[in-house]
Amino acid sequence: MHTYQIVVLVPYVAALVLVAIPGYRVGAIVNVLASAVTFAAGLWLIDGGRTVGPYAIVDEFNIVFIVINTLVGFTTSIFSASYIGHEIKTGRLSPGFVRFYHAMFQAMMGSMNVALVANNIGLIWVGLELATLITVVMVGLYRTPQAIEAAWKYFILASVGISLAFFGTILIYLAGQPALGEGVPAMTWSLLQGVAAKMDPAILDLAFIFLLIGYGTKIGLAPLHAWLPDAHAEGPTPISAVLSGLLLNVALYALLRFKMLIAGQPAALNPGPVMIVMGLVSLIFAAFMLYQRRDIKRLFAYSSIEHMGLMVFAFGMGGPLANFAGLLHMAMHSLTKSGIFFSVGHIAQAKGTQRIAEITGLSDTHPRLAIAFALAVLAISGMPPFGVFTSEFLILTTTFAREPWLALLPAFGLLVGFGALLMRLQGTILGVPTGPTHRVDASFVPIVLHLALVLAAGVFLPAMLVAWFQRAAELLG
Amino acid sequence: MIRGYEISHLLAGVMLVTSFALLYQERIAAVLKTFAAQSVALALAVAWAAYTQDRSELFITALIALCLKGIVIPVALYRMVVRLGIHREVEKVVGVGIALMVGLALTGLAQALLLKVVQGTAGHAREDLALALAIVLLGFLMMILRRNAVTQVVGFMSMENGLILAATGARGMPLVVEVSVAFSVLIALFVFAVFVFRIRERFDTIDIEALDRMRGDAR
Amino acid sequence: MSTSPAMQFLAQGAQMFLVLLIAPLTVGVVRRVKARLMRRQGTPLLQGYRDLAKLLRKESVVAENASWLFRAAPSLIFALTWVAAALVPSFASGLMFNWAADVVALVALLGAARMLLALAGMDVGTGFGGIGSSREMMIATLAEPAMMLIVLTLAIAAGTTRLSGVADFFIAEPLAVRVSLALSLVALVIVALAENARIPVDNPVTHLELTMVHEAMILEYSGRHLALVEAASYLKLVLYLSLLICLFAPFGMAPAAAGIGGWIVGLLAWTAKLLAGAALLGVWEVSIAKMRVFRLPDFLGIAFIFGFLAILMAFLTRGAVQ
Repeated sequence: MHTYQIVVLVPYVAALVLVAIPGYRVGAIVNVLASAVTFAAGLWLIDGGRTVGPYAIVDEFNIVFIVINTLVGFTTSIFSASYIGHEIKTGRLSPGFVRFYHAMFQAMMGSMNVALVANNIGLIWVGLELATLITVVMVGLYRTPQAIEAAWKYFILASVGISLAFFGTILIYLAGQPALGEGVPAMTWSLLQGVAAKMDPAILDLAFIFLLIGYGTKIGLAPLHAWLPDAHAEGPTPISAVLSGLLLNVALYALLRFKMLIAGQPAALNPGPVMIVMGLVSLIFAAFMLYQRRDIKRLFAYSSIEHMGLMVFAFGMGGPLANFAGLLHMAMHSLTKSGIFFSVGHIAQAKGTQRIAEITGLSDTHPRLAIAFALAVLAISGMPPFGVFTSEFLILTTTFAREPWLALLPAFGLLVGFGALLMRLQGTILGVPTGPTHRVDASFVPIVLHLALVLAAGVFLPAMLVAWFQRAAELLG
Repeated sequence: MIRGYEISHLLAGVMLVTSFALLYQERIAAVLKTFAAQSVALALAVAWAAYTQDRSELFITALIALCLKGIVIPVALYRMVVRLGIHREVEKVVGVGIALMVGLALTGLAQALLLKVVQGTAGHAREDLALALAIVLLGFLMMILRRNAVTQVVGFMSMENGLILAATGARGMPLVVEVSVAFSVLIALFVFAVFVFRIRERFDTIDIEALDRMRGDAR
Repeated sequence: MSTSPAMQFLAQGAQMFLVLLIAPLTVGVVRRVKARLMRRQGTPLLQGYRDLAKLLRKESVVAENASWLFRAAPSLIFALTWVAAALVPSFASGLMFNWAADVVALVALLGAARMLLALAGMDVGTGFGGIGSSREMMIATLAEPAMMLIVLTLAIAAGTTRLSGVADFFIAEPLAVRVSLALSLVALVIVALAENARIPVDNPVTHLELTMVHEAMILEYSGRHLALVEAASYLKLVLYLSLLICLFAPFGMAPAAAGIGGWIVGLLAWTAKLLAGAALLGVWEVSIAKMRVFRLPDFLGIAFIFGFLAILMAFLTRGAVQ
């Protein structure tokens, strides 16, 4: 049994077990344990063997994603235990829903892992779509009108993405069919990559456009992002953390796999410029949108769009250095953004609202939360010495070296976003506290862990880590 | 002599025409009937593909399309619509004429996109694919142009019909995918059903416009 | 057995008078079927001939302010429609004027006739004539693009716009299940209904102010003028029916080289099909309600959509055959 099978199977088994557990405390513990086992297996993969089978693939590239995925899944499960405990106490969720929530959480993690280890382009699609559909249900969990509208919008846009991505998948299959014959081989990613040069470039062009729009909807690229802020704001906060930190990454991963495929056929269109344009549009658009937000979770949802745009830009630039920077930024963003959502979740519970205007003077009432939140926001806005600064710096410098004028655009977008976040941070942390406050038993372990990792990456990147990311970046081409 | 691909073209063509009919229909009951007709045409097309490509497993897909989308879902949705008293409702974003013109443009776009593709060994897949893409795009258009939850559901399922047509048009595509499509349709319906009922519960209407007031930022 | 030019000339002449002769009967069949389905006795089958004969004998009353156009229009309309009707292959293909029997020419002839009628309707300056003309033009702007699309579809399928060529093509390949042809058939039927002022576009028997289109335009005509205009509309019905027959049910039609024997068979087949078509039209008109004028764009839009889809499909199918 290969380790990747553990990564995929454990969450699904845990989901089945969780369905049977009525008590939410036990459920939360099982949830954490299962996530811990999955994370351990994910870590084990780094040193374990690489494998390429008909259905699964484990190479340097997807291990990066798997490790981040399982790590954030693990920490989110810890956060979720305290968060859900508070929700039950305040009566926003009933124990029955929590049981459902825990099972769905594990099923979602499992589906994301399926998409990450799949070597079959159909299986990638299935995994990603399953994970998406589960999050749709989770977003509607609170059953408030807002939550239902958010889930509905998410569902409509996601289903459009589903359909277009599937059509793109069919086209890739058709492109591979002449070289690989009918059946499973023509859907196997590694085989397809081998014969990419023989594929019909016209079909590949068309397929990439469909895949870019289809998976781009999930990445949250503007103008397909409309679902993202609503889904983040209205669902339970652990789901917001997983959405921003992981699901967007998995969609990006799928897109990158297809980018690698299409890069193998020189006659097909170059995915780079298309991705650069879409990435920049998302980045700058989201940066400006940050100024008008009144809801704190929406604010950070737009910040996610901004950072996904930056990653897509980096991967669109291509080359070992930009890819390295993109991967690093992805890792840093996942850790920081989920950390932010952890603290935002507790803040929203403490103040009983998500409206930014009503959250003031946190440093007075909840000093520890305020410090954690401030540090996380400083990190995501790209302040040194945090890792996000390192990765953004790398992206900008490589772009400067190759296309000096082009580098001005992401730099401008990041500055605009920086200003917006800092402005909001000041209002929430400082000032006179208003409105009611509640006591929350915040779990600081995941926040501190994430911030420590991001800080460590910013101060000192171990040579081993660099070598690992470099190997993954080389695979990306 | 009737050639095999002519039959598949004919059935795909019928599906495309029903897609246009979906855009044209004004009453929800008529929309549901048209959708049922499209699903039956899909079932026939898939069965024909199963017969000509000698892939008996495709008959399962055909059967699912016939029973589920041709009968069960339209009937269930119709009952619900009657119970809610909205079976004569007219709700559109733009007029029929504009919708049809946009539909034509999308169909032309689908053809133009695929005409560029070189005719490979994939047989007549290109033509079926062009038609399937047009059906997908028209379903998408219907989802955009209709304000009502039930008609959006129908638009989504019509999109899925196009996808299944595309999947069967691609020779030898593994069963995994067909099953997954059927599966996703089931899940999608489950989700949709949940929403439709919840929305009803909350607002006494399934008009999506009523939801637009609920935007978090607009407060 | 080949036919001499003289025989061809005779056959073409026979066709010209044949369409003229059979036109009132066709309309009679439609009316009779409708009446019977409504449980009425109905007029005799030959009433159309009697009407025309009566109108021809009567004095033609012309408004004082009518221009020469008003007087000239009926003869011109009749002539144009007659030529057009005579061009459509009926019992045989490859007749003498077949080189002229081009679908595009047909559309142009009918378009000219329609324009004259609309102008004549407005000539006297009455309100009804104006309403009728404007509505007729609205219908025309919707129906003619659809018609041109159908023509193009057929041209792509058969490789020619000559009607006898198209008919020969479909006789040779009778079982071609072509989506594009099915679509263009539907479109052509809709166009034919609109062009002939039939239900659901217009009602040929009503003189209700708010709904009439064709009748409104010819309201000012009387006597022999009216006879010519009526005859032209009868001819138009025959024209469209034989166009549908020629394109979509050409079996029995005699090929170019067939002699008198083949022509007689073709003639019988054509007459039977024509009258059957007229009967079908009667059934259709009884079973459907007239549409409101404002919904007409939607209805004719269907024809346009079908025509457009047909042409797209024709492109695709051609790609498949090559």
